[in-house]
Amino acid sequence: MSENEVGKEILRLEHISKVYGRNKKEAAELAHKGLKKDEIKQKTGATLALHDINLSINQGEVFVIIGLSGSGKSTLVRFINKLHEPSTGKILYEGKDILTLSKKDMIAFRRDKVSMVFQHFGLMSHRNVIDNVAYGLEVRGIEKEIRYAKAREMLHLVGLGDIEEQTIDSCSGGMKQRIGLARALASDSEVLLMDEPFSALDPLVRKEMQFELLTIQRRLKKTIVFITHDMDEAFKLGDRVAILREGRLVQVSTPQFMITNPADDYVRTFIESADKTKVVSVSQIMQTPTCVVRLTDGSTRALTQMRLNGVSSAYVVNQQMKLQGIVTAKDALDASASKKLVADFMLQDVPTVEIDAIIADILPIAVSAPYPMAVVEDGILRGIVTKASVISTML
Amino acid sequence: MDWFFNFPFKSEWDPESIDRVIKQFSINNKVFFDGIKAGLNGMISTLYNILSWVPWWGYLILVFVLGYLIKRSWRTAALFSGMLSLVGFFGLWDLMLITLSIVLTSVFLSLLIGFPVGIFMSFSDRANQVLRPVLDTMQTMPVFVYLIPAVMFFGLGKAPAVLATTIYAVVPIIRLTNLGIRQVDEEVVEAARAFGSTRMQTMVKVQIPQAKATIMTGINQTLMMAMAMVVTSSMIGASGLGMEVLISVNRIEMGRGFVSGMAVVIVAIILDRLTQSVVKEKEKSL
Ligand SMILES: Nc1ncnc2c1ncn2[C@@H]1O[C@H](COP(=O)(O)OP(=O)(O)OP(=O)(O)O)[C@@H](O)[C@H]1O
Ligand SMILES: [Mg+2]
Repeated sequence: MSENEVGKEILRLEHISKVYGRNKKEAAELAHKGLKKDEIKQKTGATLALHDINLSINQGEVFVIIGLSGSGKSTLVRFINKLHEPSTGKILYEGKDILTLSKKDMIAFRRDKVSMVFQHFGLMSHRNVIDNVAYGLEVRGIEKEIRYAKAREMLHLVGLGDIEEQTIDSCSGGMKQRIGLARALASDSEVLLMDEPFSALDPLVRKEMQFELLTIQRRLKKTIVFITHDMDEAFKLGDRVAILREGRLVQVSTPQFMITNPADDYVRTFIESADKTKVVSVSQIMQTPTCVVRLTDGSTRALTQMRLNGVSSAYVVNQQMKLQGIVTAKDALDASASKKLVADFMLQDVPTVEIDAIIADILPIAVSAPYPMAVVEDGILRGIVTKASVISTML
Repeated sequence: MDWFFNFPFKSEWDPESIDRVIKQFSINNKVFFDGIKAGLNGMISTLYNILSWVPWWGYLILVFVLGYLIKRSWRTAALFSGMLSLVGFFGLWDLMLITLSIVLTSVFLSLLIGFPVGIFMSFSDRANQVLRPVLDTMQTMPVFVYLIPAVMFFGLGKAPAVLATTIYAVVPIIRLTNLGIRQVDEEVVEAARAFGSTRMQTMVKVQIPQAKATIMTGINQTLMMAMAMVVTSSMIGASGLGMEVLISVNRIEMGRGFVSGMAVVIVAIILDRLTQSVVKEKEKSL
């Protein structure tokens, strides 16, 4: 994950609200009193699309906004390039409120700072592939040769080769969204807005595109605001995830934190729809290794340790706490007659997992491991993971 | 009980007052209207000169080639030029060219006015609300009504015919330009804006090209409505095929009426099919 490389705040949304229809003032007052969207609709006839959204988005992070249909995701993301305008609130880009920009400055802002990828691609069917990718550069008045060169580079970056001259209609869904992505990347803008970019694709292509996006993100380190209604996708891509419910933010946090500390039952239900093995890491379920013996211990000591902790095996470490092997109760018993040291009869073939691995990756080892797995970090024993705790994350 | 069966109120107002106002208006602005009339006549006769500069066989070949290019069928191509040669066969070739010059001038003016108005309506909801009923009225108003102000301002002849035809034929191009642009996929327009297009760039680079098929349909309909005015406008002195039809109706000459009526139909069919196929071709490639 790119968590560690995340920089300072780049975008900040302050008290953003949006009401559609009449009686905006009345609706806003009711919203402040905490009334729900449909109650407000009933009383005033106005649609409360968003209420008092406060967000801070950092440079270089993938910020995912997730919510059910109608929760206001599309509306919210369109505020950032002012395709829609909020009823109240501020949107600060590097500290400047973009909602107060003049028309001309807004156009410049869209050309240089933000670009967008759309759910149904938003491609222009009367233009061929390369003219679509080069569109953002074309409206800036950049020369044909230069913009084509840039567009070609972007097409290659998203894994599309020689399809420059093809019509949009001859492209498959996956290709179309790659073109959409290439078009957005061609502007070299800092922020990438993506409104359910993969929702219209079939599951296999969608997985491929998610991977592609992560790969590109690792290289280019854009700030991405990603909209989805799929929790798996949110947890897979997001450095941080915001859950939107009927126009209000319920929780904003890292996927890991959200899973262990869901803000309420709504978030919990949402999380249950996701495959947690892909999010939970080994460090979150490991236990402290209580039963540890040294290379120089004798078999009697090993047996005592196991009996005290009520287990049938013990991990062996050296002076630096580096994992050396494992001894089982049976081997220790056999060896107790001959006064051997642990080092002489331990098994060196130990099932180990890295501390930052995710559960989905350790499943194959977990299934076949005869003992609890040792969790290591740079070879040092950090904890153990039992089969039972692995299975409980899948429930 | 008389009030029960007969409408009891009657205005003392005199419809002729409108006539007087318009007449006065046309007299006061005589120079202006004469200028327009001269301009229109100039356009019509220039177009006529160009049209009659092309020899008759030029048209047959043109229709044949276009027919083939668009329909991809030798038979249709042959049928088109066969039908067109019938017009010459009836001895109506020159009248046809006169009619064409009036019709095409009207279509040209309709597009010149209608296209920008349609674009304006497409991005202004206010304009859309105001102009919609106006367009409805223009389309449902009996066409003869347009003849009266045309005559008042321009007298008899081709110029008022072009004016009346233009008023009648401008409606579909406005409507369909407006509709076509409004129908463009919202996301595509959003994409254009999101990448920093100015309003002009969005219109020219995205909205109009995306609406092309609908706009072409509008052009086709405008052309057909202009053709439909041919006979009507001959009542105010526009010469050509329409005049032939009118004369034979007045004199109850069945044969002459049929032949000139056929000629109008033939020209209309060929123009319709050629322009319609352009639309279909466009739709296919979309
Ligand atoms: N132009 C509009 N006029 C009136 N109401 C609107 C308008 N646009 C959106 N809304 C309302 O605002 C709310 C949020 O809509 P939005 O499109 O942002 O939802 P969403 O989360 O993107 O949903 P989806 O997953 O279906 O795309 C909805 O209740 C919607 O009906
Ligand atoms: Mg949406």
